[in-house]
Amino acid sequence: MGRVLIINSIRFILLIASQVFLLKNIGYYNLSIPYLYILFILLLPFGIPNVLLFLLAFLTGIIVDGFYDSMGLNAIACTVMAFVRILFISITVQRDGFDNEPEPSLEIMGFRWFVSYAVILTFFHHLILFSFETFRFSELGFTLLRVIMSTFFTVSLILIAEFSFFRKKIR
Amino acid sequence: MRNLWLFIGKYNAFFLFLIFFTISLILLINNNSYQQASVWNSSNQIIGNAYERVNKLNSYLMLSETNDNLAAENARLKNLLKSSFYDDSLRQTTVIDSSFKQQYTYIKASVVNKSVNQKNNYLTINRGSKHGIKKGMGVTSATGVIGIIYNTSPDFSTIKSLLHSETKISASVEGNIGSLVWGNGNYDSRYVLLKDIQSHLSIRKGARVVTSEFSLFPQGTNIGYVTESDSKDVNNGLNIKVKLDTDFAKLQYVYVVINMLSKEQLNLEAQNKVE
Repeated sequence: MGRVLIINSIRFILLIASQVFLLKNIGYYNLSIPYLYILFILLLPFGIPNVLLFLLAFLTGIIVDGFYDSMGLNAIACTVMAFVRILFISITVQRDGFDNEPEPSLEIMGFRWFVSYAVILTFFHHLILFSFETFRFSELGFTLLRVIMSTFFTVSLILIAEFSFFRKKIR
Repeated sequence: MRNLWLFIGKYNAFFLFLIFFTISLILLINNNSYQQASVWNSSNQIIGNAYERVNKLNSYLMLSETNDNLAAENARLKNLLKSSFYDDSLRQTTVIDSSFKQQYTYIKASVVNKSVNQKNNYLTINRGSKHGIKKGMGVTSATGVIGIIYNTSPDFSTIKSLLHSETKISASVEGNIGSLVWGNGNYDSRYVLLKDIQSHLSIRKGARVVTSEFSLFPQGTNIGYVTESDSKDVNNGLNIKVKLDTDFAKLQYVYVVINMLSKEQLNLEAQNKVE
């Protein structure tokens, strides 16, 4: 329990810092913008209570919003993503089969499951994020293009991060 | 413990989602001017649309009241029109000539009501006793004799038209004096009969018929022309049919003839009776 807490705290700080100090300045014009910090919500343990999950997702979003000067925008996207995460996990994972409070990471769940997990959650996060940023339906095509390009960018970064930090644990 | 959380989470996830979603949405809208403006704009549009529809419905339901108001307004405006005022001005044009003494003056009047198809026809004009019109005065128009004033009120007078069974006007044709009557089987508004012309005379067709010196009208006032004359009825003289120059159906303006010497004449004639 204590180890999980420490690992998640370090991951939280690292991801937020990289997002707001490094990735904020990176982007392919306005089309493809990476949001790597959602990896923190992706990698929260399976056994986390829904209340805590929502609270953490909300807090993460609010903190990123503070740096991005867009109060509530990332929070709303992260809240939606947390809900999608609950639905996705409840559909695809037999949760009684796990012990030792595992987390939905690449080395435990396998490549195929993790990619689909990451792609779907990132897609919903970005969809909500860009839709609420635009806040109108008239630019739907452009918004969808941004969502897809950014999802591609973010998922690539997530996979790179997963492979570089947890490589040794893969069986 | 985990199972409990699972169980609760199964039903709570959605509500938690709603709570956090609402909180973030409120934060988003309250703290970002662009989203705030968008929300207000769209809500204003929706509310404005709703109000517009309700207003349309309201105005439809109030249609009868609006109609009443407009009708009242129309009536008020019509009251202000010139045509709804009674024209009280009276112009009598008389030429002063010392070598002649003025006997007749004329008062212009317009016909406000008339009949031509009855057995006894009357006209109403918009001049009355206020303007000096008295019972028994003659009335002419630009084309000929019209009738005799029958009754007067302060503002209006009725005329016993030529087309009246009791109207008798002294007329002359080629110097022969007769009596002009209407009715008795002749109810055509275009024709009158001239009676009491002696049957040995022959009256040609087309002869002018004018008023005689014994009538209320100035001598020689136009009436019409002869269209038929026959002598079937020897006792009563010739039957002469006279076509009127005046179309009574189209009559609009008439002149009331004031005989300024009639009072003197009547007084003189009254003395005869007394004696």
